[in-house]
Amino acid sequence: MSGPLIIVLSFAYLGLLFAVAWWADRRADQGRSVVAHPTVYALSLAVYCTAWTFYGSVGRAAESGLGFLTIYLGPTLIALLWGSLALKMVRVAKAERIISIADFIASRYGKSQLLGGLVTIVAVIGVIPYIALQLKAVSWSFTILLDYPVVRMPSAADVPPWADTAFIVALLLAAFTILFGTRHLDASQRYEGLVAAIAFESIVKLTAFLVAGVVLTLWLLGPAHFELAIAADDPRLQPLLQPRVPPFQDWFATSLLAALAVMLLPRQFQVTVVENSDERHLRRALWLFPLYLLLINLFVVPIAIAGLVAFPNGDVDADTFILTLPILLQLPWLALLVFIGGLSAATGMVIVETIALSTMVSNDLVLPLLLRRWRRRSPPADLGRWLLAIRRGAILIILLLGYGYYRLAGEAYELVSIGLVSFVAVAQFAPMVIGGLYWRGGTREGALAGLTAGFLVWMYTLLLPYFAMSGWLPPAFMEAGPGGVQLLAPLALFGFEGWNQVTHGLFWSLAANIGSFLLISSLREPNAVEAAQARIFVDATRHGGAGKAPLWRGSAEIAELMSLAERFLGPERTAAAFADYARRRGVARAQLLPPDAATVYFAETLLSGAIGGASARVMVASVTEEEIIGMDEVLNILDEANEIRAYSHELERKSQALEAATAELRAANLQLQELDRLKDDFMSSVTHELRTPLASIRAFSEILHDDPDLAVEQRQRFIAILVSETERLSRLVNQVLDLAKIESGHADWRNEVVILQETIAQALSTTEQLLRERGIVVTLEQPATPAAVWADRDRLIQVLVNLLANAAKFAPAGDPEVPGQVRVSLAAAGADWRVCVTDNGPGIPEHERELVFEKFRQSASGGNKPLGTGLGLPISRQIIEHLGGRVWAEAAPEKGARLCFDLPAHAPPPA
Amino acid sequence: MPRARLLRQRLLTLFLLGLLLLFSPLVLYLEGAGDWLGIPLLYVYLFAVWALIILLAAVIAAWHRD
Repeated sequence: MSGPLIIVLSFAYLGLLFAVAWWADRRADQGRSVVAHPTVYALSLAVYCTAWTFYGSVGRAAESGLGFLTIYLGPTLIALLWGSLALKMVRVAKAERIISIADFIASRYGKSQLLGGLVTIVAVIGVIPYIALQLKAVSWSFTILLDYPVVRMPSAADVPPWADTAFIVALLLAAFTILFGTRHLDASQRYEGLVAAIAFESIVKLTAFLVAGVVLTLWLLGPAHFELAIAADDPRLQPLLQPRVPPFQDWFATSLLAALAVMLLPRQFQVTVVENSDERHLRRALWLFPLYLLLINLFVVPIAIAGLVAFPNGDVDADTFILTLPILLQLPWLALLVFIGGLSAATGMVIVETIALSTMVSNDLVLPLLLRRWRRRSPPADLGRWLLAIRRGAILIILLLGYGYYRLAGEAYELVSIGLVSFVAVAQFAPMVIGGLYWRGGTREGALAGLTAGFLVWMYTLLLPYFAMSGWLPPAFMEAGPGGVQLLAPLALFGFEGWNQVTHGLFWSLAANIGSFLLISSLREPNAVEAAQARIFVDATRHGGAGKAPLWRGSAEIAELMSLAERFLGPERTAAAFADYARRRGVARAQLLPPDAATVYFAETLLSGAIGGASARVMVASVTEEEIIGMDEVLNILDEANEIRAYSHELERKSQALEAATAELRAANLQLQELDRLKDDFMSSVTHELRTPLASIRAFSEILHDDPDLAVEQRQRFIAILVSETERLSRLVNQVLDLAKIESGHADWRNEVVILQETIAQALSTTEQLLRERGIVVTLEQPATPAAVWADRDRLIQVLVNLLANAAKFAPAGDPEVPGQVRVSLAAAGADWRVCVTDNGPGIPEHERELVFEKFRQSASGGNKPLGTGLGLPISRQIIEHLGGRVWAEAAPEKGARLCFDLPAHAPPPA
Repeated sequence: MPRARLLRQRLLTLFLLGLLLLFSPLVLYLEGAGDWLGIPLLYVYLFAVWALIILLAAVIAAWHRD
């Protein structure tokens, strides 16, 4: 295939990419962002799948079977935790305008410039081999394609750099990245176009891989199935046809490693955290991104098998199967498609990674050094252009370093192991980042110590062996250890043998890292700034988010803050940002802003977006005079905040209790009012009842007094009335007292076993006179067995007398045709004894049946005012209820009223 | 806030389920356990579990759409 065709195609593809980015930027400027979509966000995360995935997965599968899956299973599982982990990172990054992982770690541990610089160095050294890998992939795929239709591996012949495709690729990518990523400075304004281009590339590489996968699988099952059957016994195919799970520690460690890398690689941090436009997008990404990973792995094994079947001699590198198979099968269009897919995987990674790294290099490495110099001399007026230049330089240098690494060491290993070594390097950030999000105790020194220790162990166990393989160190060193000390052998530290090299390196580097981090952090308490930052990071998902109250005190001038910002952002953007902030604070002009903590914090975060948190802090400090806030004071402020929170909780609780109490009181008050009304009614009823007999007593007494000549008969009659009225009066008073006593609970109760038959007999003898007078016939029905209840005998007789008197009152009297009848019955009712007194009077209408038990209520159905006090039945109800029974009125079977009560049987009544 | 916590809790449960299904001796049972339509059962199991986790995560996330 002709070189120019491939080159033209590659440039056309890169041009298309640029057009996508330009279009997305335009849309963003018009306020119709294409990037603010959860699917685009999820696709941009797939920058995780680089050329390493695209070519290397097949290679790894062909060599060792299932191991390649771990790189994708780990991220699938960790994505499930993004609801907390990534959400915290996104929130903190937004609040603090964090623009890189170095910035993130530096911010967390007291905005330390030193820590930011160290993270940058680790990231650059760790990731450069990974960039080298992308260059290697692009140049190899180009060279292989150039030989179409012959399948030939690129020779490692010594060519000068200017004739080396990888070198040209590196330069082209540098130019492309500079065009893409360094057009303006405020990085927290996000690269909308870049994200759109990355999402587009993710679609291209997935499509290319799936198409190749389908075509090659069909070939394997169709035309090649004879060869497959013949090759089935080939030992090289055994790991694929009889798959085995790798040793557990490798299976787990590599997955863990990938899970950490997918959060911590500078480019992943860039797309996941910095470029996130809406935290709700995480909810789509947490399943869509794993789905992408699943799809891009679906055909890895079939392609690997096809490659091993098609190239039985082993002279073709397994990493290149996906490209060399279409060449072998004479499918030029597929070969070109695969080449474009690999190109897009590689360019996506290189662009985002170098942008992220160059931001870190300029903000956390170069700028702090320049700031140190400028402390003595005044800095140049337009720092913004300086910074852009630094970033562009950094991009170029990083790519050239990548190329250098490729030239010197790139041939030694297959693709996958290079990527894993990079993963272990960035995994060193995990204790600082994840620990920093959930643990408040980490200090700056602890983070520095942990990172340094982990990085040194990484170099020793993983980087040195590479150098040895590349022939820079004697290989014996690897086995025997430095100076023959076997315990220190880089591949078997402290005698740990039999582990795979990456697992071994990961274990020891993380052990050293976490151990030092914890140990050194335990030496002192976090200081003021660290404690404040810990609060922002750890409490990011708390209700109300991170507390924004800045811990700052001192004096500042608005004009100085603005001129500082102008140096980096330019006059227009600075003026716009300050005016916007002034509007939010309700101040007319930026110049009138109060120079307080909040304004200084605003200026600092504004600068953080351009130059990183640690540098911004130093720059702002240079134009303001900050008073040192002591640790005690910080703790006081934090404690105050905590106390206020506790108070407000307490207040809330109390006000709820208060509301409940108020409701109770209101109910009680209503009840009291009702009782008061009842009492009034009672009083007026009682006085009314007292007045009637009193009035007649008075009238007859006056007659007797005024008329001495009254006939003796007459006088006798009047005196008899006086006596009966007095009796009625005293009976009424007694009953009122009785009722009051029972109601107030002061009555004496002498409870004992009472036989109901006996009490009924006594009550009947008491009322015998009354009943006989009215000519009432009494019938009694009761069982022979004694009916025992637990009660006060006298009170029970009182109840029965009341009921009998009531019946006597209403039974017809003096009518010989309809003689008055009262029937008393005693019977068992379940566990109770039931006594009923029935008369054949007019009966009680249904709606009055409850009322007759109220005080002074008498059934008026008799027409004229009935006899009695109106207290007999209320007293009876009080007594029966006190004894644990109930009393009620009902209609008699034929005619008349029936009043019954139930009392619990003392001994179980006979069945 | 309680809704967000519920989402996190459901996903954490799914995460632990994933750990159990992919990183426990359960996987070892399927080594050399025969094949299904010519595909070794281990592949079928790993990809099926993988797809299941993604499916459940999508269902959980869809429940919490606001």
